[in-house]
Amino acid sequence: MSLDVPSSARPSAGGASAPIVEVRNISQIYPGGVEALNNISLTFPEGELTSLLGPSGCGKTTLLKIIAGLLKPTAGEVLVKGRPVTGPGPERSFVFQDFALMPWATVIRNAAFGLELRGVARSEREAVAEKYVAEVGLKGFERKYPHELSGGMRQRVGLARALAVNADIVMMDEPFSAVDEQTRRQFQEDLLRLVATERKTFLFVTHSIEEAVYVSNRIVLLSRRPSRVSEIIDVNLPRDSDPDGIRRHPDYLDTVERIWQTLKHYLD
Amino acid sequence: MEIKGYRIPAMASLLLWAVLWEIVGRLGLTILIPPLSTTLGRLVEIVGTDGFWDAMSITLRTFLWGSFIAILVGVPVGILMGRSVILDRMLLPWVNTFISAPLSALVPVIMALFGFGETTIVLTVVLFAIWIIILDARAGAHAISPSLVEMARVYGASSWQAFTKIFVWSALPEILTGIRLGLLRAVKGVIIGQLLVSVVGFGRLFEIYSSNFLMEHMWALLIVLFGLAFAIDLVFGLIERRVDYFASSRS
Repeated sequence: MSLDVPSSARPSAGGASAPIVEVRNISQIYPGGVEALNNISLTFPEGELTSLLGPSGCGKTTLLKIIAGLLKPTAGEVLVKGRPVTGPGPERSFVFQDFALMPWATVIRNAAFGLELRGVARSEREAVAEKYVAEVGLKGFERKYPHELSGGMRQRVGLARALAVNADIVMMDEPFSAVDEQTRRQFQEDLLRLVATERKTFLFVTHSIEEAVYVSNRIVLLSRRPSRVSEIIDVNLPRDSDPDGIRRHPDYLDTVERIWQTLKHYLD
Repeated sequence: MEIKGYRIPAMASLLLWAVLWEIVGRLGLTILIPPLSTTLGRLVEIVGTDGFWDAMSITLRTFLWGSFIAILVGVPVGILMGRSVILDRMLLPWVNTFISAPLSALVPVIMALFGFGETTIVLTVVLFAIWIIILDARAGAHAISPSLVEMARVYGASSWQAFTKIFVWSALPEILTGIRLGLLRAVKGVIIGQLLVSVVGFGRLFEIYSSNFLMEHMWALLIVLFGLAFAIDLVFGLIERRVDYFASSRS
């Protein structure tokens, strides 16, 4: 079944909407016979924030890690900018659910780590990292260690690291699931601001309907395991209005309700 | 510790044992136990001799070389075992065998292969120290968070970069514990090696003292060696505590 929406038929929210990532007939079967993904085909338009949303254990994270090149799919292929994915690449960066920060390194070194691995000189990479650390709201914390920061602040470091390598595609695996609700909302608003200024493509995995609707241009609904694409929903909310305005907007509430009605079928 | 409101210093019990030793020695119950005071006097006397410093320098040199080799080989092997199932299957049975085996019995084999010189003592030190270093580095490698490994891959780390920038640091608390325990075993190794070779270093001194029933000399030497082991343990305990802060935050 192909639920690939032709790009011309979809109202574009971000301007450019040529697919930067193409997922072709991806299936994933884990050793032991657990079928995580079943023949998934999808495209991700450039410059937009697309969410992968579905019931827990549906394979959203698996799909994201396949696109990242961290997992090899059992069948199918992923194209990034037209080239097949064989492993991780410099045009993709990743924000981890559990932050994946090095506890022995300062905020600035963690944020600059992607550049450090590429052999960028120290002064240069720290200048870049400093800019992004400030951008995610951690100015003044450059010399702190992760254990001196709150969960939300640690994830901001993870985000700064993902932005500092200047990848075209930033993948985020349930980035806010390990932080508390207030921090999470603040974070979502900051993310929207970053999406607007950075002009990058964001792939976002979440199990929260509200979060997906609030931050996304586009939501891919996945069914229960073995996952298929159940529906693709475009979200067109007035991004310039204030956060509370968006959360009370009729379109926001309608979309949340509509997704809930779809996902409800997948519950036991 | 407090008794009836008075704080007793931590080392007070040592003082008690020292007094007991002195009394037993002065009673002259056995030739094997001379009084502590004369033993200490003898200690000062021994420390002034060339033979002592010769033995001390051999001991330190072989101890440092042996420990250095054990760490340099043991830490990478342990980490690689923790990261590779095949290597683990191949080496773990050996490591487990050697960690519990009576290693002193192997020293004559080393002696037969490498003679009665310092090489044999160095290898004995390695033999004693390396297994616990390997096992602890392996445990540390198991504790590396999978997402840190994925992070290294996503951001394009080479195997060498992943090893030096992530694995070693991530496993550092366990590695340091392993090194501390390994060095304590190395102290045993360096002494046992010298005693069995018995023509160099403290081994030679022990040989001379014991064959001539110089009990004061024997005890003085033992105090030196015990003090040495205690000092090494103390220093590494301190270093370890400084690194512990991120072991708990590692998750």
